[in-house]
Amino acid sequence: MPFNSFRDFMSRQDVLAFAVLAVLLIVILPLTLDVMRLNQAGKFLAFGFVAIGLVLCWGYGGILSLGQGVFYGLGGYAMAMFLKLEASTPENTSIQSTPGIPDFMDWNRITELPWFWVPFESFTLSLIAIVVVPSIFAYLIGVAMFKRRVSGVYFAIITQSIAAIMTILIIGQQGFTGGVNGITDLRTLLGWDINTDFADYVLYFVCVALLFVCLFIGQFILKSKVGRVLVAMRGSEDRVRFSGYDVANFKIFVFCTGAAFAGIGGAMFTLQEGFMSPSFVGVVPSIEMVIFCAVGGRLSLVGAVYGALLVNLAKTTFGEAFPELWLFAMGLIFIGVVLGLPNGVAGLYNSYAAGPVDKVLDRLFGSENSDGLKLSQQGATS
Amino acid sequence: MDKSNTSNRAKGLSRRGLISASLTVLAAAVVMSSGLAVAKPATSEVNTTGLAVTDDTVTVGILHSISGTMAISEEGSVQAEILAIEQINEMGGILGRQIRYIQEDGASDWPTFADRARKLIRQDKVAAVFGCWTSASRKAVLPIFERYNNMLYYPTFYEGLEQSPNVVYTGQEATQQILAGLDWVAREKDAKTFYLLGSDYIWPRTSNKIARIHIEEHLGGRVLGEDYFPLGHTNFNSAINRIRLRNPDVVYAIIVGGSNVAFYRQLQSAGLDMTSEDFTLMTISVTEDEVLGIGGDNFQGAFSAMKYFQSLDNPNNKAFVKAFKERWGEDSVIGDVTQAAYLGPWLWKAAVEAAGSFDIDRVREHTPGIELDTAPEGYVRVHENHHLWSKLRIGEAQADGQFKVIYETEDLMEPNPFPAGYQ
Repeated sequence: MPFNSFRDFMSRQDVLAFAVLAVLLIVILPLTLDVMRLNQAGKFLAFGFVAIGLVLCWGYGGILSLGQGVFYGLGGYAMAMFLKLEASTPENTSIQSTPGIPDFMDWNRITELPWFWVPFESFTLSLIAIVVVPSIFAYLIGVAMFKRRVSGVYFAIITQSIAAIMTILIIGQQGFTGGVNGITDLRTLLGWDINTDFADYVLYFVCVALLFVCLFIGQFILKSKVGRVLVAMRGSEDRVRFSGYDVANFKIFVFCTGAAFAGIGGAMFTLQEGFMSPSFVGVVPSIEMVIFCAVGGRLSLVGAVYGALLVNLAKTTFGEAFPELWLFAMGLIFIGVVLGLPNGVAGLYNSYAAGPVDKVLDRLFGSENSDGLKLSQQGATS
Repeated sequence: MDKSNTSNRAKGLSRRGLISASLTVLAAAVVMSSGLAVAKPATSEVNTTGLAVTDDTVTVGILHSISGTMAISEEGSVQAEILAIEQINEMGGILGRQIRYIQEDGASDWPTFADRARKLIRQDKVAAVFGCWTSASRKAVLPIFERYNNMLYYPTFYEGLEQSPNVVYTGQEATQQILAGLDWVAREKDAKTFYLLGSDYIWPRTSNKIARIHIEEHLGGRVLGEDYFPLGHTNFNSAINRIRLRNPDVVYAIIVGGSNVAFYRQLQSAGLDMTSEDFTLMTISVTEDEVLGIGGDNFQGAFSAMKYFQSLDNPNNKAFVKAFKERWGEDSVIGDVTQAAYLGPWLWKAAVEAAGSFDIDRVREHTPGIELDTAPEGYVRVHENHHLWSKLRIGEAQADGQFKVIYETEDLMEPNPFPAGYQ
């Protein structure tokens, strides 16, 4: 156990934040929203995974990736490929020239399932691919970039280009990927209809459960030594390097973690939406993902989830109420947040609410000061 | 609009009128005070599945992109659908109910289309949706319409290979648009060699596949080349050079969106003059809307093959064009898809009235065989496969951005989304 006590793992405020989020997602939303809105909330939460990953990479590691959509897409496509193969039984596709392969392949005159589709006939391999493929891809990018000490703006630009390349690749190779249409018409998961109201409920709770798994992993990383090295690197990379740490390896690790989270998010999105499309992979969605993180607060894991929920909620609400104006409204929100709330919603909480809440907690449970002292001593000695 | 239906309803009314006249004044007063006009069937009769139908209104959805890259193309469809709904309301609505519409923005983003479709169907409980434009957006919403059983009226000419019980395809599928046009160009221009071009996605690829098979196996011609370009591509010089080298009788182009502007300008500046007898270009992707962007001068002399042109000379179309311009401004132009979108609400109205109900299953049951005498493109009828029987017309592009219709098929062509021998 790398922690001396539970307090080292989660402060009182952390526990409170996790608990409030849990109550909101597990109790309040399912009770107040009808199933369609809950399904929508589930899809917003799928972006929450990416935002959590970005808190680790960007907020703590200082690695601004403008290509998270790539990993989100890899996870989403891995899930979609499995579901598509399940939907493309020879009986369902009997009107095609080649029955038994996905419909878009048939339209593109492909007569045999391409080799890289074959593993996705297995559910287990698909689940592994959802996490492993984005991680491996992130590892390759990480090794290529961080070992050469590419960082900052250059890294952001390169990830952005990778997102652009990925979109072009997917759209261009439509016989293998479904092209601009994406992979559509996904119906069942291991024979279980994913389009029913009941399935919407189940998938929502699965999504919330996985989200908390990722939140705890994130918390674990941040509070462990790795997290401290990350913060130190963000402050002064060279000093950490001269202290004998391999900076690149830490960066690669956190970048891969973010990619794996994004992959899980993409897969959960595919399940809840019923299709996957290249419009989640490109530059614009990747930037939107960074904005979710920024709005929520890039130093707060829980804040990132709120960011994904809030921005998507605003996007949907404005989109439905003022179809002609919503883009402008979105723009105004972002400008407002960047100018007014540099640390996002979580920053707002820390500046105004954290103090009073602490006092209330003190009154209820006694002072936390002794623990706080221990923590800072530990920080100084390590 | 649909005369037979209106007269049927009138008969029903008069019968009902007689009955109510024979009732006591008190009974009549009860009927009046309950807020029901004697003329219309009770809501419980016409809506047994909980759609958004009240005693006075019925709610439908309009789902197009009004932001993003597709907005410019889909705007005409939105305008046409709103115009049709307003005209139907002026005539007294459907089954005595005024149509209310909820407009959602698909934002040129396929997942957003799916999201909004879900909202319209599940939350707003609309009785029908008029919308979508690109195949990608239709593919994204299709499972939702099938899963929650609702009707989509889809206006765009498209690649076929689809036949959903929950969609009415008011544009042409690929064979309707392609075969007769190629026959015409082979006959009139004595064309033997063809060069196929297209934007790189499913509609141009499928269409060119059908065109190639028709050229090679039915017309005895040859395809000298087939090139595809990414959406939004703007540099066509190398393709144009290949065309000049191989010198085909006909260039068959299915390029969409903004790429058109670059393609036709570069063609012009490369000296390939479409107004001369030596060079023939046929397209199935350029309507009056696209010519606005390309510029009439750059497109003059090209042949478009589709079912509708704004210049079509018939009384229905004259009335439609006049009404459209009165509603949306003198400068508006009307392309093929806009007209097809206009048919949506009218086809739905006719099916609802034939069914005597807004229930989706009943409407669907009565959809095949629905006829419209008053369509701007002329008479249309819905096929068993939910596509329309329609004519193909060839328009020669004029410098003012309009088309001169120089040919139309004698008969309506049967829609055939799964053409045997062309797959």
